[in-house]
Amino acid sequence: MDLELMINSFPKLLNAAVITLKLLSVSLIIGLFIGLFFAILRLNKNIFINRFAYGYSYVFRGTPLLVQIFIIYFGLGQIEYLRSTVLWVILKEPYWCAIIAFALNTGAYTSEILRSAFQTIKPGIIEAGKSLGIPNKVIFYKIQIPIAIRQSLPAYGNEIILMMKGTSLASTVTIMDLTGVAKYIISTTFKPIEVFIVAGGIYLFMTFIIHNMIKFLEKKYRFN
Amino acid sequence: MELLAFGDTGWGDELFRATLMTIAVSITAMIIGFLFALIFTPLKLSKNKFLNFIANSYTTIIRGVPELLIIYLFFFGGTGAVMFVASIFGYNEYIEINAFFTGAFAIGIISGAYSTEVFRGAIQSIERGQFEAANVLGLNKFGKFFKIILPQTLRLAIPNLSNVWQITLKDTSLISVTGLVEIMRQSYIAAGSTRDPLFFYSFAAVLYLLLTFVSMKLINRLEVKYSRGY
Repeated sequence: MDLELMINSFPKLLNAAVITLKLLSVSLIIGLFIGLFFAILRLNKNIFINRFAYGYSYVFRGTPLLVQIFIIYFGLGQIEYLRSTVLWVILKEPYWCAIIAFALNTGAYTSEILRSAFQTIKPGIIEAGKSLGIPNKVIFYKIQIPIAIRQSLPAYGNEIILMMKGTSLASTVTIMDLTGVAKYIISTTFKPIEVFIVAGGIYLFMTFIIHNMIKFLEKKYRFN
Repeated sequence: MELLAFGDTGWGDELFRATLMTIAVSITAMIIGFLFALIFTPLKLSKNKFLNFIANSYTTIIRGVPELLIIYLFFFGGTGAVMFVASIFGYNEYIEINAFFTGAFAIGIISGAYSTEVFRGAIQSIERGQFEAANVLGLNKFGKFFKIILPQTLRLAIPNLSNVWQITLKDTSLISVTGLVEIMRQSYIAAGSTRDPLFFYSFAAVLYLLLTFVSMKLINRLEVKYSRGY
C-alpha cells in the first residue's frame, strides 16, 4: 500500500469529482425535461406519436451509452452540413457532446419512469378534479404531475445513481472527470489498487449522499 | 453497403466475429456473475452479522462505483497481481493476461452484484409456508433447495435476471478500452481506417439493438416455461 500516493492523489481526484457532479447535474436537468416531454407523448392516443416516443426510449435503452457518446462525438462531426451551422459550436466540444449523450440517455429512462407513474395514478383522482370543475390543464399540472413525481421518486433515485456511474464514460472522450483523472494516475504510477480505493471511495460517498437525499424526499412527499 | 462486404474489401466478417465475441464475453460474464451470486446470496440471507456485512459490502461497492473504474482496476491491476504470484514462484518475466478473461471477470463481478440482489429478493418473496411444507414432507436440505425453493426462485427471478442480462450485455462495450476486439472495438478500428465513424458506430448501435431484441424474445419464452401452473 502506497499511502503517500493515496494522500497526494486525493485533492486531484476531489477536483475531478466536481466535474463529474457538473456533468451529472446538467445532464439530469436536461434529461428530466426530455423525459417529461416523451412521457407525455407516450400517453398520447395518436399511434404515430406514441410509436415515435416508444422508439426513442427503446433505442436509447437498448444500446450502450458508450455507443451513443461515440456517435455524437465522432459521428456527427462527419456531416459536412452540421459543421457549417451554429450547432457546431456546441458539437465540437467533447464536454457538450458528453452532456447531450447523457441527457438523451437519462431522458429515455426517465420517460419510462414517468410514464409508468402517470399510468398508475388512480382515475378516481382525475375524476374528482373534473367533478370539482377544475380545467384539464390545471388537473395535469397541479394534480397529475405532483402525484407522478412522488410515485417515481424511488425509481428516479436509482436512475440518478446509474447516471452518476454513467458520467465516467466522459473520460473516453478526453474529459478529465473523476474516472479520467483516476485512469491517468493509474497509468502513470501503476498503482491501480490505491487509486481505485480513493476514487471508488469518492464515488461511494456521492452515491451515499444521493441515496439519502432521495430517502429524505420520499419521506417528505409520502401519502398520509 | 460496400463497407459491410465480407472478405478483404469490407468489414462484414470482422464485425460478425466481433458480435460473436460480444456474445461470448456476455455469456461468460453472466455465468461468472451467477457463481458470485451463488456465494453471496446465502451470505446475504444468513443470520450471521459478519457474513451479512461481507455480502452487503460487495453489492454496495460494486453497484456504487462506475463499471469503467472497475474495469481499469482489473486491467491494470490484473497483470500486477498475476506477476506478483508468479514472482513468488521465481518467475520474473512480464506476463500479459488474456483480455477476454480479465474483461469477462470484471463484468462478471459487476453482474454478480446485481444477480445477488435479484436472487435475494426472489428467495425472500417465497412464502414461509413453502419452507415449512418442505420440512413437514421430510425432505432433506438438498431436496428442499432443488425441488421446492429453486424452481420457485427461478420463476420469480427470471424477469429481473433479464434486466441483469441487458445490463451485462451493454457493459461489455466498456471492455473495448482494454483492447478486446468486440463490437465496440471493431467499430473503432473500422471507423479509424475508413474515416466513417458515423456509419460504423450507428451500425454498432444496430447490432446491440439486435442482440437485446433477440435475447428478450428468448427470455420471454423461458419466462413462459417457468410460470407453467400459475
